Amino acid sequence: MLEFTDKGIFCPQANVYIDPWRPVKSAIITHGHSDHARKGNRKYLCHLDTIPILKLRLGEEIAVQGLAFGQEISINGVKISLHPAGHIIGSAQVRLEYKGEIWVVSGDYKLMSDGLSVPFEPVTCHHFITESTFGLPIYKFPTAAEIYESINQWWRQNAAEGYNSIVVAYALGKSQSILHNLDQSIGEIYLHGAVANVNNAFNKNGFDFPGTWVNPEMDSKSIKGSMIITPSSALGTPWISKFKPSRIAICSGWMQLRGARRRSGVDRGFVLSDHCDWEQLNDAVLGTAAENIYVTHGYQNTFAKWLTEKYHLNAVEIKTQFEPVTGDLD
Amino acid sequence: MKAFTQLFTAIDQTTKTNQKIMAMVDYFTHAEEEDKIFAVSILIGNRPKRPVKTSELREWAAELADLPLWLFEESYHVVGDLAEAIALILPTHQQEQESSLRETLDFLKELTDLPSEVKKARITYYWMSTPVQERFVFNKLITGNFRMGVSKQLVIKALAKYLDQEQTSIAHQLMGKWDPYEESMSSMFEGDNHLNKHHLPYPFFLAYPLDEEPDTLGDSNDWYIEKKLDGIRGQIIVRNDELFVWSRGEELLTDKFPEFHSLQSSLPNGTVLDGEIIPWRDGSPLPFQVMQTRIGRKNISQKYLKEAPLVMVCFDILEYQGLDLRQKPLADRRIILKNVIESQSGNVLLLSEAMDFTNWQDVGEFRENARDYQCEGLMLKRKNSPYETGRKRGNWWKWKTDPMTIDGVLLYAQSGHGRRANLYTDYTFAVWDGDVLVPFAKAYSGLSDAEIKVLDSWIKRNTIEKFGPVRSVNPEYVFEIAFEGINSSPRHKSGVALRFPRILRWRKDKSPKDANTKSDLLQLIEAVNP
Repeated sequence: MLEFTDKGIFCPQANVYIDPWRPVKSAIITHGHSDHARKGNRKYLCHLDTIPILKLRLGEEIAVQGLAFGQEISINGVKISLHPAGHIIGSAQVRLEYKGEIWVVSGDYKLMSDGLSVPFEPVTCHHFITESTFGLPIYKFPTAAEIYESINQWWRQNAAEGYNSIVVAYALGKSQSILHNLDQSIGEIYLHGAVANVNNAFNKNGFDFPGTWVNPEMDSKSIKGSMIITPSSALGTPWISKFKPSRIAICSGWMQLRGARRRSGVDRGFVLSDHCDWEQLNDAVLGTAAENIYVTHGYQNTFAKWLTEKYHLNAVEIKTQFEPVTGDLD
Repeated sequence: MKAFTQLFTAIDQTTKTNQKIMAMVDYFTHAEEEDKIFAVSILIGNRPKRPVKTSELREWAAELADLPLWLFEESYHVVGDLAEAIALILPTHQQEQESSLRETLDFLKELTDLPSEVKKARITYYWMSTPVQERFVFNKLITGNFRMGVSKQLVIKALAKYLDQEQTSIAHQLMGKWDPYEESMSSMFEGDNHLNKHHLPYPFFLAYPLDEEPDTLGDSNDWYIEKKLDGIRGQIIVRNDELFVWSRGEELLTDKFPEFHSLQSSLPNGTVLDGEIIPWRDGSPLPFQVMQTRIGRKNISQKYLKEAPLVMVCFDILEYQGLDLRQKPLADRRIILKNVIESQSGNVLLLSEAMDFTNWQDVGEFRENARDYQCEGLMLKRKNSPYETGRKRGNWWKWKTDPMTIDGVLLYAQSGHGRRANLYTDYTFAVWDGDVLVPFAKAYSGLSDAEIKVLDSWIKRNTIEKFGPVRSVNPEYVFEIAFEGINSSPRHKSGVALRFPRILRWRKDKSPKDANTKSDLLQLIEAVNP
């Protein structure tokens, strides 16, 4: 029912693409990250909580329809519904059913709870499309709760020593889950503009994230012992230097590896990811009861081979547009 | 191992030398007394013998994690560090058992002679009783490629601070090979114990590369200007009727150099000479490669003694008649050195020539053509300089001639290790042989982190074939490769071997057809090896 084309994953029967790379007529968007939600599509379909993000990033004028989790629509006989993916707020798996055959496109997802987004829900299907960003057994992530605790501890100690704490994380997703779990009794929280914009979009929809936008007129000397949340684009810019003396931490699953930690050149690496580690990927695949697995984005070749050998599944590697570069903030 | 693991982590997490020193001082202040001397030994780079084969470790780890070996190997390639890959891949530890650094090293020592199954059982037990980071440090010790990320100089600074002693005296006491099982902190560092260790060399004084115009050094007549020879820096020591030959790497090489054995009786007791050990024939040095093949041998046959006869070209004397001369001006030391050498009847000790120049411009001209004089540049030493410890600016400078360069095409890339794990950082370059590209050099260093990142992502998108961790790429980019020496070599595909190849710059202005050819390489060999 689904095909892998050079524009992305395509359902000919419903004439709809999922997370297309190039402009199409009708697109289902799993979540708001820029490698999944791209400009130029005529119509967008996504989860209700993703709408404000698409409007923020792609423009207020886009034609977008929102669905609640579990709400089913039908296009030319294909039953389509969205189910929680647990990746970030509003992230969804796409379930498509046609003549009794069920496919699930999981987009990006994780099984471990971040305490904020609606937790991943296994969806029984025949064909399951999964990413494999951390699809190697060396990736074993600590629980998010443990990491939040370490971040708070680190902040507390930096504040006591007179340092600002700068946490580098995706503006959409990880920033909010960290903000949601910071111990606000330690000090003030400040935000890079990119993070503040995303928060504002969410806050309009009933969320409530703490933190003050660091606007250009602000006297940065008054910021002491505080927490600053920023995307990586600000690293190495004068904006970061404003907060000196400061210590910088990166939150990413790649921080599991010493090489990546040392290469990043920052003071601290927290193993915090919005993707699955090895065990979660295995659990997710088995949880769908699917016989046919399509592995994309990451260690697709390795993970597909493992699934075939270990569980005798019909697992194949799907080449994605780009090979991921480790050290990103995934 | 908790305390030692904390020390490792603290050092690993910072690039600031002060914080590294503080971490070491903190460790020495709080660690178990009997652990300290073992920590010192590991910090300065001594490694325990590897008690098991790494292939066995891989198998056991994969088995314990219930993973096929191929998956373990793929994971290892991504991590780029065997010790870390094993630590991460193993199941969570089931119990916690603390053992001290000393106990862990004892454990490894005992392991060596045990049958394989017993090794496996013991190591498995150790793995399953320690958390990931301690496991990692343990694996680093067991795989025998442990590096703490501190220079010996930093360890000396930390010890000097902790023991409240002079850095120079700590440096001296740490020279040479010593066994932590036979020493303690007090036997090493209290009192003048090292004076009994008559075999020990002095800490070497090392020259800084000259990074300014020589005019800034003042009058050229205030300087000794010597050829910088490409051999092995060493000290020859005669004390208590015994002879010791030490390399700068603090290896005792006495047995490798039978040529020097007669010095035991011909040099007076209490003599320490500093110089360059180098193969020499008919009044001039032979290429470094001649010695390299000889050094690798366990037994030196007559053939090698004939083909690569060694001398020491002496440029300093550090001790004479049992007196430490290091604080005397170099000019005075050279007079003594000259007398010592002239009193020798043999011909294995030569005096490094102090060359005459009228001004810095002449010096500069000589340096540019240094290769014509069978040397790699010049040493500049202030005539009144003392013999200092370690690498210091000011009194001694090395001024090397520019390296030779060749433009090569990037042909293969391999992912690096450690900090460069999972990044394509190890490159193979090729030159044209007719219309075929033949590999001639591998290089790992010379690009900036930003360039590596760009190249890495290009390599991933332009791979032709993968062979395990190696990828062949489209021949598209040209790099200027610098090297210090070139020789013909039957062992290499291209027929040439380079010394110290590295990337000088990325020649984005050149296309593959502009790269050099194999005959360019052969011409270079002829030019530098008359």
